[in-house]
Amino acid sequence: MNKEAQVQKMTDMMAKFVGYTGKKLPDDVIAKLEELRAKETDALPKVIYDTMFRNQELAVKLDRPSCQDTGVLQFWLKCGTGFPLINELEGLLKEAVIKATKETPLRHNSVETFDEYNTGKNVGKGTPTVWWDIVPNWDGCEIYTYMAGGGCTLPGNATVLMPGEGYEGVTKFVLDRMTSYGLNACPPLLVGVGVATSVETAALLSKKALMRPIGSHSENERAAKMEKLLEDGINAIGIGPQGMGGKYTVMGVNIENTARHPSAIGVAVNVGCWSHRRGHIVFDKDLNYTITSHSGCVL
Amino acid sequence: MVEYRDGKKILVTPISAEDLKDVHIGDILYLSGSLTTCRDVAHRRVVEEGREIPVDVRNNAILHAGPIIRPLENDKFEMVSVGPTTSMRMEKFEYEFVKTTGVRVIVGKGGMKENTANACKDFGCIHCVIPAGNAVVAAVCVEEIERAEWRDLGMPETLWNCRVKEFGPLIVSIDAEGRNYFEEKKIEYNKRKDEQVELISKQVGFIK
Repeated sequence: MNKEAQVQKMTDMMAKFVGYTGKKLPDDVIAKLEELRAKETDALPKVIYDTMFRNQELAVKLDRPSCQDTGVLQFWLKCGTGFPLINELEGLLKEAVIKATKETPLRHNSVETFDEYNTGKNVGKGTPTVWWDIVPNWDGCEIYTYMAGGGCTLPGNATVLMPGEGYEGVTKFVLDRMTSYGLNACPPLLVGVGVATSVETAALLSKKALMRPIGSHSENERAAKMEKLLEDGINAIGIGPQGMGGKYTVMGVNIENTARHPSAIGVAVNVGCWSHRRGHIVFDKDLNYTITSHSGCVL
Repeated sequence: MVEYRDGKKILVTPISAEDLKDVHIGDILYLSGSLTTCRDVAHRRVVEEGREIPVDVRNNAILHAGPIIRPLENDKFEMVSVGPTTSMRMEKFEYEFVKTTGVRVIVGKGGMKENTANACKDFGCIHCVIPAGNAVVAAVCVEEIERAEWRDLGMPETLWNCRVKEFGPLIVSIDAEGRNYFEEKKIEYNKRKDEQVELISKQVGFIK
């Protein structure tokens, strides 16, 4: 296959995959929602979960996006230096979003800043967002896709704490955000926390944390302990599905971390809504693909 | 009007202040009749720019939402996916908006504050939430898109005037007495949050 045909093939596959992730939630999210649904006993959370599950069924049956806010598309790449389409990747992902927007269809969610107009194509300057992790000596490419909806983007926040505020300060920073913004962000939420050395390092990690599967834990023992403490703590607040009260508020808390400057603790929080439309696909050099997030998905 | 069918309480437009007298926060309702999507810029135009809203929402309902629409032939449209957006963004405009337009039912996502609660109390209106992220459940309740106004605002912000049937479930978050479900809940949540911050803080003293 020549380069042009390869680019077309990968564009088509990514367009299809993006569209698919807007209609069906990943396996780990469905399993977690089923678990949480079974644990709620009051009338309001039960009605809300019933609506959610009926919606997901209808979305597949009628082949429509399950949530109208199909977000700004974000891609997290782990691309091998030897991946044949490394040079074309960013351009083809933009094309894939334009294609998916028309075919799925997706909502037009790119508004140019300052000029303040909707491009009508769902792409614009710097959108879709593409983050690169370069993997030396590999010829494959791993892609996380994410539909960042407006509601669950709003709670995002980052700051730099003084070391004196410690992890106690991190705790307060995260929990304050849950009761101020979290209840409007479509709980049960997946909460991503970045603990690093500055605002931008922490902020990037807090979003990267949302790419991790639900139920996974940090490799660092203390970070993993804090994930559990925050999860139980946020659940105990009782925000519940849609913020209207219930026993469980989060699908999980994922923490990602780096080392820090001795004088600073960078901390950030990002949340994913219950409709956490994350996809994960891995290509080899011949564009054979493996989808780990959605069993049964064929492109 | 209020109708009861299959155990459901259904508000049917046009809705009067009287129809909302027995409606209280936490109630579950459905809506049939005229529902118009209306969000950020449309609120700004009505309140700040003083422009007349081109769809009559008096005694009808609005939905804070930006839908996905598929254009059909002859200037007709299909509602593909529609669900609520964060209502709080409209809070600063809502008192004046309700006063000017006479809307009776505001549907959205999450809570709103005093401006909206005062409007509900002063003008006989309610705010409800439809469980968000359920855009197909909501879309299949839309029988027809009757009009599309202010199209220059783009797909999410156009006023899509819909005829809906048993649109819901709608959970009442502010009633016409001005009681506010989310604000009452927030007091509980904040109290428990403070307890949890204290509890967790005792176990994360990693800097020694």
